[in-house]
Amino acid sequence: MKIAIFATCIVDAMYPKVALATVRILERLGHDVVFPAGQGCCSQMHVNSGYIDEALPVVRNHVEAFTAVDYDVAVAPSGSCVASLGHQQPMVARKCGDEGLARQAEEVAGRTYELSELLVDVLGVTDAEKQLGSYFPHRITYHPSCHGLRLLGLGDRPTTLLSSVEDLELVELPDAQECCGFGGTFSFKNPDVSGAMVDAKIKNIESTGTGLCAGGDSSCQLHMNGAARRRGSEVRTVHLAEILASTRANPLELDQIADLSIPRVHATITPSSAAGPGGAQAASSAGGAR
Amino acid sequence: MTVVDLGMPGTRIAYGSGNLYEETPFPEHARSELGNQQMRANIGHATHTIRAKRGRVVGELPDWQDLRDAGSAIKQEVGARLPELLEQFEANVTARGGIVHWARNAAEANRIVTDLVRAKGVDEIIKVKSMATQEIGLNEHLEGQGIKSHETDLAELIVQLGDDKPSHILVPAIHKNRDEIREIFSRRMPGTGKTLTNEPAVLAEAARTYLREKFLDTTVAVSGANFGIAESGTLTVVESEGNGRMCLTLPKTLITVMGIEKLLPRFADLEVFTQLLPRSSTGERMNPYTSMWTGVAEGDGPEEFHLVLLDNGRSAVLGDPDGRSALHCIRCSACLNVCPVYEHAGGHAYGSTYPGPIGAILSPQLTGVAAEQNNSLPYASSLCGRCYEVCPVKIDIPSILVHLRDEDVRTKHGERDDAAAQQRSTVSAAREAEAAATGAQPEPAEHPDRVKKSRVPSEMDVLMKGAGVVMSSGKRMALAEKALPLGRGALKPFGGAKWLPGMVGGWTQERDIPVPPSQSFRNWWRKHGEETEQRVARDLGSTALAPSGPGEAPSSSLAGHIEEHAGWGAEAQAVIRARAGQSSGGESTKSSDATSTGEEQA
Repeated sequence: MKIAIFATCIVDAMYPKVALATVRILERLGHDVVFPAGQGCCSQMHVNSGYIDEALPVVRNHVEAFTAVDYDVAVAPSGSCVASLGHQQPMVARKCGDEGLARQAEEVAGRTYELSELLVDVLGVTDAEKQLGSYFPHRITYHPSCHGLRLLGLGDRPTTLLSSVEDLELVELPDAQECCGFGGTFSFKNPDVSGAMVDAKIKNIESTGTGLCAGGDSSCQLHMNGAARRRGSEVRTVHLAEILASTRANPLELDQIADLSIPRVHATITPSSAAGPGGAQAASSAGGAR
Repeated sequence: MTVVDLGMPGTRIAYGSGNLYEETPFPEHARSELGNQQMRANIGHATHTIRAKRGRVVGELPDWQDLRDAGSAIKQEVGARLPELLEQFEANVTARGGIVHWARNAAEANRIVTDLVRAKGVDEIIKVKSMATQEIGLNEHLEGQGIKSHETDLAELIVQLGDDKPSHILVPAIHKNRDEIREIFSRRMPGTGKTLTNEPAVLAEAARTYLREKFLDTTVAVSGANFGIAESGTLTVVESEGNGRMCLTLPKTLITVMGIEKLLPRFADLEVFTQLLPRSSTGERMNPYTSMWTGVAEGDGPEEFHLVLLDNGRSAVLGDPDGRSALHCIRCSACLNVCPVYEHAGGHAYGSTYPGPIGAILSPQLTGVAAEQNNSLPYASSLCGRCYEVCPVKIDIPSILVHLRDEDVRTKHGERDDAAAQQRSTVSAAREAEAAATGAQPEPAEHPDRVKKSRVPSEMDVLMKGAGVVMSSGKRMALAEKALPLGRGALKPFGGAKWLPGMVGGWTQERDIPVPPSQSFRNWWRKHGEETEQRVARDLGSTALAPSGPGEAPSSSLAGHIEEHAGWGAEAQAVIRARAGQSSGGESTKSSDATSTGEEQA
């Protein structure tokens, strides 16, 4: 199957390793991944701030980018951005009087899946260890971000996948359904309330004794991580895609989580593309990681 | 605001006035409330308790989602037929001996009630708990006229005796604990003194003794109404304590103030709402007291019944197709009890009579969002969506919040000048009228700090404009992301950023900014996108690294699995087709799923 990846602006610019992890999972299942070059943002930041007119070109750009290339389905490693495509983009187009764009936006949204939704519903993955080779020998907890939970109705898809990862122990998060307090521009327009909300979230994560919280939305994680650091908490977050992409041969190490860059092993020239020294180095580091 | 012609040519939109304003912007008000640890502990405990109770009783109804749909449909019908239903209602109330009064706004309603009380020659009234009379500030108004009103609902009484303001629709004293209540009672209730303990039963008994005298001595009562039945002229009050029933039956004169949106077309519609309301509000299967009365009946209950039908901005809300479903609200407060913003900031932070998520959409709509007193309320939400999930009449609060933010931005950009001027003059007029009635100095209509400065683009405008330009083009994104290494270089020595200037300083007030990555995914992919084989080999380990020809599967056991699943085409394609087909039908699968399965997630 040909799968278009919608990286989302925040993952593209701040968490490129999450987009890469998504690609690795899909390629491992034998799919062709394409990256529509014109893609930008889903428009959620503008819409949620009330800037509907300014959101229109962002919506149009997304629709054009995801109609210009050929693919079977699209995927994004973010429940919030996928929800925005279906719930907000047609609304923006209609408010601005562009019914044609609204219909196109609905068509693109209908073909775009959140990662766990795509894996479970379309690709039939329910056992990450057996079907993806996922390996992550750590205790973690999981925060279901609001839009994946309530707008997409992801339900237990993410936790089904996580709990089937080899050697992973999933601990239930108290008050898991509470918002972390991010909320886009809410986070800086109402910093005190947002801060109180993330305090509660961090305390709940700490109470699980895991110190590591998985999730499906990098924006919430940027907020939770930053707040944990500010409060001197040891709590860290990790994206679901990174855990699923982690294998015995190429495991995600805990000390790699804080660095947002694409891991060196993926950034250097690879073994079979060239017989040069870079290739040898990458091969040995992959072996070494094992 | 988009205004729909309601068939009343030349009618000026009447915006609401009264206790609907947030005098201090929400973020500032919330900041001071967050410092009140006792209040936060009380509210946190109370909301979690009610939330759990609600979850249990809602969970036992297999047709809960159908009930929500029915409730929403009935309320939609009320909005669509409002003028006709109001006339029918008036005719039926009148036919049964009631007297109907119409009030465009708070000042008119207050004047009507005052005149009615005066005509009876009394200077004391008793009250049933009522949001409408809180909204119009009736107690304060009457006090200015020398008429003392006694709240009879226990929580309202606590708030009134404590010279406080309600902080919750259903549980107005939710921010007080029993020690604080004991203190208020012993200070304000004659005869309680130092013997009063903080036992709930003791406190309730003290209130009962205090109130009994009022019930027996007072001849005029004022109530609100939960529902008004158009086809019969029947009014309904639902409550838990029975104090409401005392007020509705003992006094000689009953005056009911009811918002015009509280109508139901048919008596049978009560079947739906008497299931939705108690389960959503108190977490009870059935509320203890449901009082219904139709006009007056000789020898049974009040001899005189007056009904004041209150607009106070409701017609203006009805005129906005994107916001009007806020009028569906049945004041259950389920949205307050699940809202994390309400839980932390508390009800007083919203300023208005209506706190929480519903208040954040209702108050600014009743007054008009251009009335600057209320333009920070639509932003008082992280849009987490829990309010919509629990709303018994399916008000899509997050979408209306976004709509009101849009209206606020358009107002600030000068696209709503006419409405804004009218809304501001409503504020001034209401204040002058109130000041004239109470003999006080009118407050300035505009908080000096909040008067619009100019049409110079705000920081937010600049941020949104700039981001819009970059984010609407892959090429411009790629170019902007070339700056990532600069940011990384600058921040790496410090392990991230701890301070940013201006508006976005709100981010660094609470959170660090991490060291950015060395390059964006987009720019990385341009060089490495084609390296699929290497990526798979690296992830699957050395067995997969064995030389293999193009198109041959890697030789690990996992590779075997992949090979096995290579033929998934048919099944997956069916799933995709099904969803794409549904989404092109106008309503996306996801949104219908979300509404139908929303509750199961709770």
